[in-house]
Amino acid sequence: MQPFSRAQMAAKAAADIPEGWVVNLGIGIPTLIADHVPLEREVIFQSENGVLGMGPAPEKGKEDPWLINAGKQMITLRPGGSFCHHADSFAMIRGGHIDLCVLGGFEVAENGDLANWATSENDTAPAVGGAMDLGVGAKQLWVVMEHTTKDGRPKIVERCGYPLTAPGNVRRVYTNLAVLDIEPGLGFVVRDIAPGISLEELQAKSAAKLHTRS
Amino acid sequence: MINKIVNSVAEALAGVKDGSTVLIGGFGSVGQPDELIEGLIEQGATDLTCVANNAGTGHVGLARLMELGRVRKIICSFPRSAGSVVFEELYREGKIELEIVPQGTMAERMRAAGAGIPAFYTATSTGTLLAKGKEEREFNGRKYVMEHALKADVALIEGWEADRWGNITYNQSGRNFNPVMAMAADLTIAQVQHIRELGELNPEMIATPGIYVKRVVRVDRGAPWA
Repeated sequence: MQPFSRAQMAAKAAADIPEGWVVNLGIGIPTLIADHVPLEREVIFQSENGVLGMGPAPEKGKEDPWLINAGKQMITLRPGGSFCHHADSFAMIRGGHIDLCVLGGFEVAENGDLANWATSENDTAPAVGGAMDLGVGAKQLWVVMEHTTKDGRPKIVERCGYPLTAPGNVRRVYTNLAVLDIEPGLGFVVRDIAPGISLEELQAKSAAKLHTRS
Repeated sequence: MINKIVNSVAEALAGVKDGSTVLIGGFGSVGQPDELIEGLIEQGATDLTCVANNAGTGHVGLARLMELGRVRKIICSFPRSAGSVVFEELYREGKIELEIVPQGTMAERMRAAGAGIPAFYTATSTGTLLAKGKEEREFNGRKYVMEHALKADVALIEGWEADRWGNITYNQSGRNFNPVMAMAADLTIAQVQHIRELGELNPEMIATPGIYVKRVVRVDRGAPWA
């Protein structure tokens, strides 16, 4: 069994983003996606802190501390990029102007629900950041995450057990074991599977029915 | 002659009252008015409600203000981050109130306050724990929750340049919450790195017009710490 690496997961998602889309990337593996889209393929990356048109990571010695992304890492601005303030940035997000948001996840359900901000109702001080705004505001969500938790519990589920971030907006999931589409009314459909894993093994590591395209 | 420029951080913070709601700009350390926060610590106002994206890091700035017991409540989107040790301890001990607000809702609540809009509906947080107890209403078949404007007594912001009318420019992602917070407070205080003559700033570059700003102080801050 050869699970996809974090870089491979990011590269797969990157390759699937159509040119011309405006895309917001969450913290963690999603952030890596930008590095896998060449500048000449014009995807516009938005960062919630008011940056539209993020470029690749800066070269060593050319970092600018005034230019950061949502994960507070130093970034670059590509030609055509612009700045705005927070309310305008979230107007882009909440107003339906973002084609795609890619987030990390704790659980994704077959109805497209996403849980990624709190691990229980009693988690007293969870950090939501912009996840709920992106969760409902982006035209669609993709999630990049490990297929199971560290102790082997499935993160692909029928219904989320953790508190929801946003209902019904996830359309695709990239895990270390597979790429799954979510088709409304049907559920998870296997799109790609890591080398050396059978469909049965993948199903055993998932807590929701996985469908295949015949 | 209008002159909003004051000579010291202490002068900039004069008169901040106990019990005030204080907006603090910045995203991470970028655009964060560090010297004004230090000034607020010196100034002494207490029983504060602070609104900031994060709940402070380390033992400086907002974290120090909280550690000194001067913050009754914090309103933020992302309280837990690397180094938010003071907040976590105070919160565990029940010594600070927390209101978690989705980041876009937080920005929009302040924008609404600045624009004279008392409340608005948003789809953000519908169907989640953060919608509990909030009025829900359906428009065109989609559910929304009502959120109230977030008006404040004081806003502490960081700009790049300013003139004596209080017009402000920003440096790249240093803009973030600052223009929105500037609109939402009765007393907006800005620290900037450069003072320009009136007329010297390109009007197209002014992101916060002086109408929102009461006091400006120049601080040689240098680059934000990473």
